[in-house]
Amino acid sequence: MNLHVSGDVGTRTTAIIGALKGLEGPLLPILHEIQAEFGYVPQESLPVIARELNLSRAEVHGVVTFYHDFRERPAGRHVLKLCRAEACQSMGADAIAERVKALLGIDFHQTTLDGAVTLEPVYCLGLCSCAPSAMLDGEVHGRLDAAAAAELVAEARR
Amino acid sequence: MNLIKEIDFGTPASKSEKMVTLTIDGREVTVPEGTSIMRASMEAGIEVPKLCATDMVDAFGSCRLCLVEIQGRAGLPASCTTPVAPGLVVSTQTPRLKDVRRGVMELYISDHPLDCLTCAANGDCELQDMAGAVGLRDVRYGYDGENHVKARNDGALNIKWQPKDESNPYFTFDPAKCIVCSRCVRACEEVQGTFALTIEGRGFDSRVSAGMHEDFVSSECVSCGACVQACPTATLQEKSVIEIGQPEHSVVTTCAYCGVGCSFKAEMRGEELVRMVPWKDGQANRGHSCVKGRFAYGYSNHKDRILNPMVREKITDPWREVTWEEAFAHVANEFRRIQYQYGRDSVGGITSSRCTNEETYLVQKLIRAGFGNNNVDTCARVCHSPTGYGLGQTFGTSAGTQNFDSVEETDVVIVIGANPTDGHPVFGSRLKKRLRQGAKLIVIDPRRIDLVKGPHIEASYHLPLKPGTNVAMLTALAHVIVTEGLFDERFIRERCDWSEFEDWAAFVSEEAHSPEAIEALTGVSAELVRGAARLFATGGNGSIYYGLGVTEHSQGSTAVMAIANLAMATGNIGRPGVGVNPLRGQNNVQGSCDMGSFPHELPGYRHISDDATRDIFEKLWGVKLNEEPGLRIPNMLDAAVEGTFKGIYIQGEDILQSDPDTKHVSAGLAAMECVVVQDLFLNETANYAHVFLPGSTFLEKDGTFTNAERRINRVRRVMTPRNGYADWEVTQKLAQAMGLSWNYTHPSEIMDEIAATTPSFALVSYDYLEKMGSVQWPCNEKNPQGSPIMHVNGFVRGKGKFIRTEYVATDEKTGPRFPLLLTTGRILSQYNVGAQTRRTDNVVWHDEDRLEIHPHDAENRGIREGDWVRLASRAGETTLRALITDRVSPGVVYTTFHHPDTQANVITTDFSDWATNCPEYKVTAVQVSPSNGPSEWQIEYGEQARQSRRIAGKLEAAE
Repeated sequence: MNLHVSGDVGTRTTAIIGALKGLEGPLLPILHEIQAEFGYVPQESLPVIARELNLSRAEVHGVVTFYHDFRERPAGRHVLKLCRAEACQSMGADAIAERVKALLGIDFHQTTLDGAVTLEPVYCLGLCSCAPSAMLDGEVHGRLDAAAAAELVAEARR
Repeated sequence: MNLIKEIDFGTPASKSEKMVTLTIDGREVTVPEGTSIMRASMEAGIEVPKLCATDMVDAFGSCRLCLVEIQGRAGLPASCTTPVAPGLVVSTQTPRLKDVRRGVMELYISDHPLDCLTCAANGDCELQDMAGAVGLRDVRYGYDGENHVKARNDGALNIKWQPKDESNPYFTFDPAKCIVCSRCVRACEEVQGTFALTIEGRGFDSRVSAGMHEDFVSSECVSCGACVQACPTATLQEKSVIEIGQPEHSVVTTCAYCGVGCSFKAEMRGEELVRMVPWKDGQANRGHSCVKGRFAYGYSNHKDRILNPMVREKITDPWREVTWEEAFAHVANEFRRIQYQYGRDSVGGITSSRCTNEETYLVQKLIRAGFGNNNVDTCARVCHSPTGYGLGQTFGTSAGTQNFDSVEETDVVIVIGANPTDGHPVFGSRLKKRLRQGAKLIVIDPRRIDLVKGPHIEASYHLPLKPGTNVAMLTALAHVIVTEGLFDERFIRERCDWSEFEDWAAFVSEEAHSPEAIEALTGVSAELVRGAARLFATGGNGSIYYGLGVTEHSQGSTAVMAIANLAMATGNIGRPGVGVNPLRGQNNVQGSCDMGSFPHELPGYRHISDDATRDIFEKLWGVKLNEEPGLRIPNMLDAAVEGTFKGIYIQGEDILQSDPDTKHVSAGLAAMECVVVQDLFLNETANYAHVFLPGSTFLEKDGTFTNAERRINRVRRVMTPRNGYADWEVTQKLAQAMGLSWNYTHPSEIMDEIAATTPSFALVSYDYLEKMGSVQWPCNEKNPQGSPIMHVNGFVRGKGKFIRTEYVATDEKTGPRFPLLLTTGRILSQYNVGAQTRRTDNVVWHDEDRLEIHPHDAENRGIREGDWVRLASRAGETTLRALITDRVSPGVVYTTFHHPDTQANVITTDFSDWATNCPEYKVTAVQVSPSNGPSEWQIEYGEQARQSRRIAGKLEAAE
């Protein structure tokens, strides 16, 4: 997932657009694919998308910034998301968040110095019945307690 | 006098014819189906509180202030997004609504600065008004929480705060004052169609962003001002209002830039212009504007403006300031001397398409009645004279057939030889709006103009033909329509001469005119041409919009006739949504033509040789008129070089810069003994003048302009002329000095004379214009309301006339020495020769003319982006810097001519339209090569211009 950016962003962006342009409402699929390709959505690709889809730069920027999942810069090798929504909070998510922050030595929206882990809040993973919950690299984890959280951190650190 | 406050109905009007009746606050209201409850309320005089709604854009429903209660419906629907329905019973004010609204306002105000007293919008702030309307007395949330307002929270930097963006020269963007109502974003999208603004982020982080979080001037923003107008707070605010304060009165007037003729409110403080705001009732612009009309009026106070008359013996002398009386006496004596010495026909004049109808009328009257000849011409000679001729021949009137509203009903549009988003921006926006609704577009232009592809628009066909092949292309389109049986036989049989059609049809059907046969000429694939022709003929209401890319050719008149043929053959004349629409370049070029500015025509396009017409004017003016047509501009110059033409009165035109073959123009002017220039500035022509009469701006005089849709719009004086006289007064005083007994006390009297002598203006008077707002000629007994659409029940000339349009290639051909074709155009921020816009902050967008060249041609010549290049033709050479782009095809180069130091017309040749002498600006064979800097001509010219602008007793202007 975390490819190092190399080569020509424009060319690779154009290729992705070419493959997905025919879809109805192609902008979001294109942005997802670009994030998959580069690990983030490079700013340079936005004008290319705008031109190809007959949109303005502003419109593409508006969409990208609306979704927190589209990154402006590459994340760490692993992304750990902790649910901060109401159900999880009522089940002790705040304490777990503090614990995880302490273990990683970073705050939300930050990446460890070794580039291993990026920590992010998320507002509801839809796992309210298994609160508190988290997601590591796309895989969900429920019913976290201090030990499970430490285990997740260790896994992410690896 | 007071400040005109237009009613904001909150949402756009519905066009439905079905009416719906409902009850609002106990009052019965009947409105068209589809109207919002908000608008219906306002129509009944009930103002529902609102912030995110304004009637220039569609309802959005985000501010939650316009909630209402509807009997029998649950909840509190937003009145802006809820349409009316029969029998609804609506309450706009209930205790519950009051509570909710006050709560909403509390939230808004908790994240808004409380600096109302020192705020630039104080007195013109809808947020302030709404706080008052809902009775906000307290903000329970306090002001200490998260906010966008303060640069620092308790000493710490507030990352949510953003500094004011002052990058645009005309307005500022202060995010701290923004309530994120999205009105600016929607105005940019729906009204202007640029989509330069967006809301970035979400929730409390939502912010208005230009481009990709750029400053305004580096974003896609075109500075049309629609967002500033839409903003309910001081977030987007004109710098002039920040500087001066709120206006106290306003006057509706007409923009003096392009032929769209937008109506503006000139908002004033005393005699100081605070800002120009587009007027929603303006029928050409419907409340929209462009960067020129809205903001670029600063030239009227520019230091270069000349305010005193000046005289000199020789053009090498410095200017000597004189009194008006001396100047008038001098000109009168000189012209009389020249006529005595060289004959009656040795003098003439040029009317201005920038001046009012009344002023133009007076200049031609002075020449015909005072000089006693018909040596009068106008700058339309060099732009739309082929339109006059071509449409006159085919339809019977020398004007476009539609109003601008017509574009709202069109289905397929051909844009040929025009670049509306730059040249006629407000029309461009209205066209783009229609395209976004689904109308199809065919662009015929050598260059990929912005309309070809942009946010939410894309031309179905772009035919990038070689410059100079319009006639071949238009005839090929006709070929497809005729040979494939796509013409409208019923229309043609009813409205046109069938035998002429048959003759024309046989002509265009010839194999030589097929798209395949002309492919090599035009460089456009036959398939594209066929597709475009089929689309135009079968796509519904078809309209054709064209500009100088059609007229400024050696076959300009032929191309206009070919366009008329296409419209007639497809039955696209005489109703809304169709027609032939010349996009006139100048504010009053239509009017100057109407007013008898051509040497062969009296006002109303009546030939000078027509005894009955001459009789009307002879009786009124008490003189005998010469029945022979006079000299056209190029003929005047020729005659001057030959030594038979010695004096000229030029009002408001810079022929040295705008007319072709600059060297010929300068030789002609230099050979004259009395050149009188009346202008705002010492323009390029004034370098050859002996008398300079300072002109007045459109803000300083009363009059009328006639726009491209034949609309006669009032121009209203909002300040005293800084030079002392309005232009019509100067012409009148000159006439009086020459012994004519003119005594007009107001331009309305001149209009009365026009109406009395010119049938198509018969009912026009200032009183009538006051009543109607504006009218489109013909406005007479038969059409008392004016004529938005022409040729409704038949052509003015009787039967529409099909005319054969044989393609004859121009003599200006490429060859080994000059292998590229140069064509010229305009850019949004600058206007024509730039005399005005160069003297405003518009120069931040375009401070020099660049040569657009295809990467292939550039590489061949070793030219890199930004390099100085030498541009040479058979006529001359100049230098400018290169801009490498694939907007132009290989083999074609393109430039603008807004800057005098480029002197693009040194390059253009003196070839011209066969019928009207309109110069062939759009095709010149050239060579481009690397260069070190300005050419010898440019250096020499610059030095001469500097010398000739000296004014005795004044320090040289440091330019």
